[in-house]
Amino acid sequence: MKKGKSTGAKALVRALENAGTEIIFGYPGGANLPIYEALQRSSIRHIQTRHEQGAAHMADGYARASGRTGVCMATSGPGATNLVTGIATAYMDSTPVVAITGQVSRTMIGNDAFQEVDITGITIPITKHNYLIQSAPQVAPTIEEAFFLAGSGRRSPVVVDIPKDVQTDEFANEHEKRRVLEGYNPTTKGHPGQIKRAAAMLKEAERPIIITGGGVISSNAYEDVAAFVETLKIPVVHTLMGKSAFDNHNPLNLGLFGYHGSRAANTAVSKTDLIVAIGTRFGDRSTGPLASFARNTKIIHIDVDPAEIGKNVPAYLPIVGDIADVLPRLTALLSSTGTPKNIWTAGLLEQKEKSFDGQKRGSETPNLSTPLALKAVSEAFPDALLVTDVGRHQIYAAQLFPVKAGRNFITSGGLGTMGFGLPAAIGAALACPEKQVVLVTGDGSFLMNIQELVTAAEAGINLTVLVMNDSRLGMIQQLQDGFYKSRFDVSKFSQELHFDRLAADLGCRGARAETESEIKHAASAAASAEGVTVIDCKIGEESHVYPMVTGRNLLELTEGED
Amino acid sequence: MKHTISILCDDIPGVMTRISGLFSRRGFNIESLTVGHTEREGKSRFTIVVEGDDGVLEQVRKQLQKLVHVIKVWDLNNDRILEREHALVKVEVHDKDRAHLLQLITVLQARILNSSGAIWVLEITGDSKAVDSAINLLGQFTILESIRTGKIALEQGRK
Repeated sequence: MKKGKSTGAKALVRALENAGTEIIFGYPGGANLPIYEALQRSSIRHIQTRHEQGAAHMADGYARASGRTGVCMATSGPGATNLVTGIATAYMDSTPVVAITGQVSRTMIGNDAFQEVDITGITIPITKHNYLIQSAPQVAPTIEEAFFLAGSGRRSPVVVDIPKDVQTDEFANEHEKRRVLEGYNPTTKGHPGQIKRAAAMLKEAERPIIITGGGVISSNAYEDVAAFVETLKIPVVHTLMGKSAFDNHNPLNLGLFGYHGSRAANTAVSKTDLIVAIGTRFGDRSTGPLASFARNTKIIHIDVDPAEIGKNVPAYLPIVGDIADVLPRLTALLSSTGTPKNIWTAGLLEQKEKSFDGQKRGSETPNLSTPLALKAVSEAFPDALLVTDVGRHQIYAAQLFPVKAGRNFITSGGLGTMGFGLPAAIGAALACPEKQVVLVTGDGSFLMNIQELVTAAEAGINLTVLVMNDSRLGMIQQLQDGFYKSRFDVSKFSQELHFDRLAADLGCRGARAETESEIKHAASAAASAEGVTVIDCKIGEESHVYPMVTGRNLLELTEGED
Repeated sequence: MKHTISILCDDIPGVMTRISGLFSRRGFNIESLTVGHTEREGKSRFTIVVEGDDGVLEQVRKQLQKLVHVIKVWDLNNDRILEREHALVKVEVHDKDRAHLLQLITVLQARILNSSGAIWVLEITGDSKAVDSAINLLGQFTILESIRTGKIALEQGRK
């Protein structure tokens, strides 16, 4: 190549470095090999996954654990479509991911070429924005813009599709200028008048509560939430995504509310006269049937996305802005103007103690149960960054595994993607090597991306995986039992697997636990071990996970069998 | 209830898909859609008529505003709106009806774009109601073909 010249692929790698990329999770193919060629001369680490879906979830897990934008890459066609579930997962939970896909050369686009797919068309509904780059000088400004969009305002994935000939095209190393995005101005500063009104409403409230959602984590506002609660001394409930927004050990934390919420948390949400909703979109798993949700309650709704306000529930007082901007200002105002009358905290805390007892099931049986296993592991990992998969174990983990405030609970809340857990945990472990990352998964979810154990072994990370192995899809069986005619043929696996042996074959350490003492032993061994440990927890036929809303509102709960 | 929304956006490939896809994805129904260039180079303006209550309209507006290429969204449902639709109607007219049709054309302020023998192509411009009633009145002749645009709309005054 002549002096002073660059190529699209080189410009891409340079732009990724400039954006602060440390790691790319990727998989090679015919249409992205020029990028791999350019990547060899870069300081960016490449994690070779075993499936593109794994790459997308790893980038997502990396982003959730660190707050930095995760990057994944795949080739055209099937490589790109394999990213789709991961991109949709990140989109539903608002995490910043830049996904780079190779595309067939420009002259071939539209001809149904080998491994051609319209990935920008496919991903419009699951991205904040996407690009099909048309020329090499456009590569650098497009990547810069993609990172800006993914990591500002409401976080979201962005897809950048780069035709192979754009990657190889030489150009005079003069990049196009970045456009001005006239239509993109997220509101981050909360309106002072609205914040003043919120303070006044809080002062008058008699039964106020706080709902924390995933937005608190996105905004890195967990300390602001702690200060807010400290000033108000009112109860806090959380959505699935907002679990680690506030220290789970704090007595004022009533835990998960909603479809699988505790009676105390659901009572608080149902009987309150003022909800301060922080970074939640009032998803249907939280609200239950909308017609009966918080009907006589005023809602102060704080969110960076104005479209979330009034979408599912009417907001009495909207505050559009970054939580990390709004909350400290509201707290400061309350410190000077006074705090609510708040006549009900004591009663709720009493109810919390009672309802929590109801969740400690399984402790009398000699056999291992999910609650018992979670208890043992949470004791062995008091500072865990907990990652879950999707299913019954996920709800148990949300209810029974306390975590500290911060980026310490990672789960697929919106899309509910089985198979998310392992790759997300790998991404989290790479983002936060100083943390003790624990994955809780089930035998159904784990099998969906189990190939990534190889990636985990190669990456040299520390990770503890807890597989709740009951040879069945527990959540599906619970739904079939509750709402269908209880035919379990599709939710029962006839082939029993030994994940400890599988793990050993895939380059990890395997352990097995069938009793409480075995899980205690295995958990403490894993806590001090290097590398990846997979603990196969043999769970017998287990009771369903309760509470569960079975009626027309959040208080029509089924709390347990017999 | 029908709402007229005006969208100013970047005039680039794919913007149509992003906007129309958003409507179908979120379950909003498009009654009509027109798009064209504006006084600003590189920008185009959509006029979309959508059916729904105020809550639906609010969501439509906010979701559109989130599209990166959308610069501004206006809800044009008030009495300061000037709106026009355009229709071309091909009618077959027999000699005995010719005088009657000419009279109607004058009343409707329609224009004759083309007449070859008994086949006339008429042009009609007006607000939705005017175009509706014009086509309705022309129905007494034989309408061979007709086509109408969606609505375009602007607000009175400087802004």
